[in-house]
Amino acid sequence: MDIGKILENLVNNAKTLKQIGFAVLALIVVIDFFLPRHHSEFFWDDIPGFSALYGLLSFILIVVVSKTLGHYLLGRPEDYYDD
Amino acid sequence: MIEWLHPSVFLILGALLIPFLKGRVQQVYIVLLPTLALLTVMLMSPGVHGVVHFLGFELVFGRADKLSLAFAYVFSSAALIGATYALHVKDNGQHIAAFAYAGSAIGATFAGDLLTLFVFWELMGVASVWLIWSRRVKASIEAGYRYLLVHTVGGVVLLAGIVILYVTTGSTRFDAMQQVNGAAFYLILIGFMLNAAVPPLHAWLTDAYPEATVTGAVFLSAFTTKTAVYALARGYAGTELLIWMGTIMALYGVVFAMLSNDIRRLLGYHIISQVGFMVAAIGMGSELAINGAVAHAFAHILYKGLLFMGAGAVIQMTGRSKLSDLGGLYRGMPVTFVLYMIGAFSISAFPLFSGFVSKSMEISAAAEMHLPKIWLLLTMASVGTFLCLGLKIPYYTFFGKDCGLRPTEPPRNMLVAMGMASFLCIFIGVYPAWLYDKLPNLVEYHSYTPTHVIWALQILLFTGMGFFMLRKKLGGLRKITLDIDWFYRKGAGLFMQFVYRVVSPIENWFIQVYRHVFRGNLTLGTKGLWLDKHVIDGAVNAVAAVVVRWAGALRQMQTGQLQHYALVMVGSLLILSLYSLF
Repeated sequence: MDIGKILENLVNNAKTLKQIGFAVLALIVVIDFFLPRHHSEFFWDDIPGFSALYGLLSFILIVVVSKTLGHYLLGRPEDYYDD
Repeated sequence: MIEWLHPSVFLILGALLIPFLKGRVQQVYIVLLPTLALLTVMLMSPGVHGVVHFLGFELVFGRADKLSLAFAYVFSSAALIGATYALHVKDNGQHIAAFAYAGSAIGATFAGDLLTLFVFWELMGVASVWLIWSRRVKASIEAGYRYLLVHTVGGVVLLAGIVILYVTTGSTRFDAMQQVNGAAFYLILIGFMLNAAVPPLHAWLTDAYPEATVTGAVFLSAFTTKTAVYALARGYAGTELLIWMGTIMALYGVVFAMLSNDIRRLLGYHIISQVGFMVAAIGMGSELAINGAVAHAFAHILYKGLLFMGAGAVIQMTGRSKLSDLGGLYRGMPVTFVLYMIGAFSISAFPLFSGFVSKSMEISAAAEMHLPKIWLLLTMASVGTFLCLGLKIPYYTFFGKDCGLRPTEPPRNMLVAMGMASFLCIFIGVYPAWLYDKLPNLVEYHSYTPTHVIWALQILLFTGMGFFMLRKKLGGLRKITLDIDWFYRKGAGLFMQFVYRVVSPIENWFIQVYRHVFRGNLTLGTKGLWLDKHVIDGAVNAVAAVVVRWAGALRQMQTGQLQHYALVMVGSLLILSLYSLF
């Protein structure tokens, strides 16, 4: 078994992978509707698909906040400390 | 029959023999030392061992209970993995420093009193800086000095706390600090938080770790911060302040990791982020939370070591460390890529990997104590973890835009070490009972419930979807990011500018006024001259004579013996703190 060849194959079939990926995303949200919920601590524990939404929102927030901070406040040229 | 043996003996003293061995024998010896340390920890019976009375202090070298044994277990495993990874290195100094560093981390873990803890704590700082300097380039020499200075300050704060504690309570025992009040409580806490890299005391880590040697960084990622996590769990469990500090820390690391271009700096920010989870759990202080912090530290040392090993392999084989200079390496280094991904899946808490069974305990503890904000923010930090380590680093290093390099796999010993860590990451993930058995509190906890698995998969995979949609925009930029270290790297320079541009002119103005007022008044001038000659010069001369005499006396007092200096240092701190009390 050659790991390199397997990876090469995966990269060449990116389109199929993408379709599989979307299918998996849909599947894990659908499954969430049929899960038994025993002890929910917070109100959102009872909302199916909440963590998918929260994950996506967190992702957007992290990207926006960090890119904004980096662009306007914290970014410097690489030789900033060399003198 | 020896009743009790300190595992650090093998690492700290045993390492001194390394220069006398050569070739294959030396390599066997290097693997043997941490193996013996690991066996000693595995066979150690719980209890208090190695109590020594010294200058009226009771020093406890071997407090072995579930908490210290769990940390010692993973520290000695990390030393074994790190030593295997560094087996090809032909630099005896680095091997000795790495073992002294690991040995003192284990020594600090078993310390039952604060003086013993302090000695090992300082030894850790001194030994670890060697792993930074050993890279022998200007940037690492400078970063090493900054690292050492910051840790020296932290050490002094810790020592001041210990001295005040001793003066006020008459004890140096290291237990829960909740009964201690006032300065000692906070000084020791600050000392611990500095080593745990809690912002704003964190910049030493991300400043220095990327400048360390390839193999040294693997050791660095394991010991300093996690020894501090141990010390916080021992002394400050249930300190509410830590819940918020830890949560902020978890997100702080994520935001700065997003801005990093250097792969090891990015990994360094994620040490801060991950330790944030542990600090928050220690602040919660419930039995489940403490178990979570210990389990997370245990798993974290293994997968973070694995990630640093993967990054080190890339740096070693390509000579590049920035995401913007890398890309397309999967063709040449597929095995490295797969092993790295095992670490990445573990840190991101994918089901069947070690992070899932450890980090989730801390988040569950937040739910159990009904802390909704903490729960949401820690979950958000988990998104950042997967985004940076599971997507950003591997995508722009191994895939993405092809950088044209065709490196080969690293030396076999490096791959073997990564394999060892990978095995443990998966083993803990599929058989968590092995890890749960080592935790300090007896708590029933099941991580593999259907809701929990689906919850984790949704969070992670939808983050993945977001990343692939924006993957053209999230690559490393050829920039650096300002952090707290700006204050001591640039701030000091700006202070000097302020002195030259503002303070100096004001002083000059005063001198001008002085001259103007006294010029022309010759009688006063002559009198002034007399005063200057007889009184001021006389005083200066007398002071000089006294200084010369004192210097002579001091010169003879300098015996060159370390314990005398230590005694004088401790003594003067004692006097200073006594002075502050009255």
